[in-house]
Amino acid sequence: MEYMLAVHNIDGAPQLSPEEMQNAFAQVDRVNAELQSAGAWVFAGGLQAPETATVVRVQGGATTMTDGPFAETKEQLGGFWVIRCKDLDEALAWAEKCAEACMNPVEVRPFQGE
Amino acid sequence: MNELAALYRAEYGRCVATLTRLLGDIGLAEEAVQDAFAVALEKWETPPPNPGAWIVTTARNRAIDRLRRESTREARHAQALLLQHPDEPAEVGPVRDDQLRMIFTCCHPALSPLAQTALTLRLLGGLEAAEVARAYLVPEATIAQRIVRAKKKIRDAAIPYRVPEAHELPDRLPPVLTVLYLIFNEGYAATSGPLVRTDLCLEAIRLTRALADLMPDEPEVLGLLALLLLSEARRPARTGPGGELVTLAEQDRSLWNRELIAEGHDLVRRCLRRNRPGPYQLQAAINAVHTDGDATDWPQVLALYDQLLAQTPTPIVALNRAVAVAEVHGPAAALAAVEGLELPGYHLLPATRADLLTRLDRPAEARAAYDEAIALAGNHTERAFLEGRRAGLDARP
Repeated sequence: MEYMLAVHNIDGAPQLSPEEMQNAFAQVDRVNAELQSAGAWVFAGGLQAPETATVVRVQGGATTMTDGPFAETKEQLGGFWVIRCKDLDEALAWAEKCAEACMNPVEVRPFQGE
Repeated sequence: MNELAALYRAEYGRCVATLTRLLGDIGLAEEAVQDAFAVALEKWETPPPNPGAWIVTTARNRAIDRLRRESTREARHAQALLLQHPDEPAEVGPVRDDQLRMIFTCCHPALSPLAQTALTLRLLGGLEAAEVARAYLVPEATIAQRIVRAKKKIRDAAIPYRVPEAHELPDRLPPVLTVLYLIFNEGYAATSGPLVRTDLCLEAIRLTRALADLMPDEPEVLGLLALLLLSEARRPARTGPGGELVTLAEQDRSLWNRELIAEGHDLVRRCLRRNRPGPYQLQAAINAVHTDGDATDWPQVLALYDQLLAQTPTPIVALNRAVAVAEVHGPAAALAAVEGLELPGYHLLPATRADLLTRLDRPAEARAAYDEAIALAGNHTERAFLEGRRAGLDARP
């Protein structure tokens, strides 16, 4: 099974200090290394701020683009992991480590099968 | 065939649990078991000596036939599992009980509390969605939808079918205890039909015993088992010869099951020695007081309810505590204690008020409260009991 662990940043939450930020990066690096050595790592990445997003729509052959994220919500996707593991319990155990490392809530969602 | 209906009720959960292990999918397991019961309805003159084993074997064969015709990924996966276990596979782990695996899957923390209980009652208790809905005072459509969604999540998110390891138990145990307690309760005061659904009570006790064997050092598991045993012990005295409800004070104590009471008291003493009281242990202790000697020591019951209310300040606990208040401090104090409690749709709140108002010699208000309780009571034994009490009001001079 593959799962996406989506990191949710909450808009308006207190900003991390540069030291805390460094600390979070180091912790995330350690979890990534652990995921890789366990054979669970598929892909991971942090995203730029939602303001850098562009939404593309194609309707009736016409393409329109809008500036900003798809939904103007308080919580935005800040980054994600894609992991491979046996079942939800394993995925939840990784999610716990990931949430602690990046200091944000993590949503666990299974991928559709082939 | 009435016998088959009773058998369906008794064997459905066990068969689905075993088939889920064999097929790796709850939905497929349910279909296979339903297929097997359809075959039984056609073929059986009388049930075979071990009907559960017959159902499991037939269900497995029907599942193999069905899977051969289908070519989805789930079907291929399930077929592979079946081929891995051509016969009963060797068990792994400390528990030889598919139903325990099933209960931990149904009560997985990734499912909502309502979904957990609904699913357990459906899959382990064999209740229909309508019965679950009545037990939870929510619309049937809501329950049906929760059950479907929960099964889909178990399958699509791959919630595992296993008993958790020791280090996971502190998080995984509380929802399981809640669900077992609710199953027993549904059996003890059925929301519809006759008062007691013995099958559900015994099923809850059986599952709780299996859990206690697995976790002998968890005092709340022992507490729950004691609570269920002490309640079950009084069951023979709870109804009279005509099936009518008999209150605790009027029960013939010689009908109580002494063996279960001794076992329950022993468990309560074991809990006391551990001295880590929790809600189930406190409720078990209250029941131990009720079943100790010739009459209930109400001040002790009230003291235990005070402790319980401090740990779990819910309106149901407050209502039960009020009954002890009435015995210790009189009905006026008890009536004050139930004033302001909100338990929409729960017949025992107006029933308790009606009893207290009767004792306070306020018949008009008591009658109104009985009317309300009768309208809400789902099982006919309780309704008949309340109607009898209301009639008693009219007969008074």
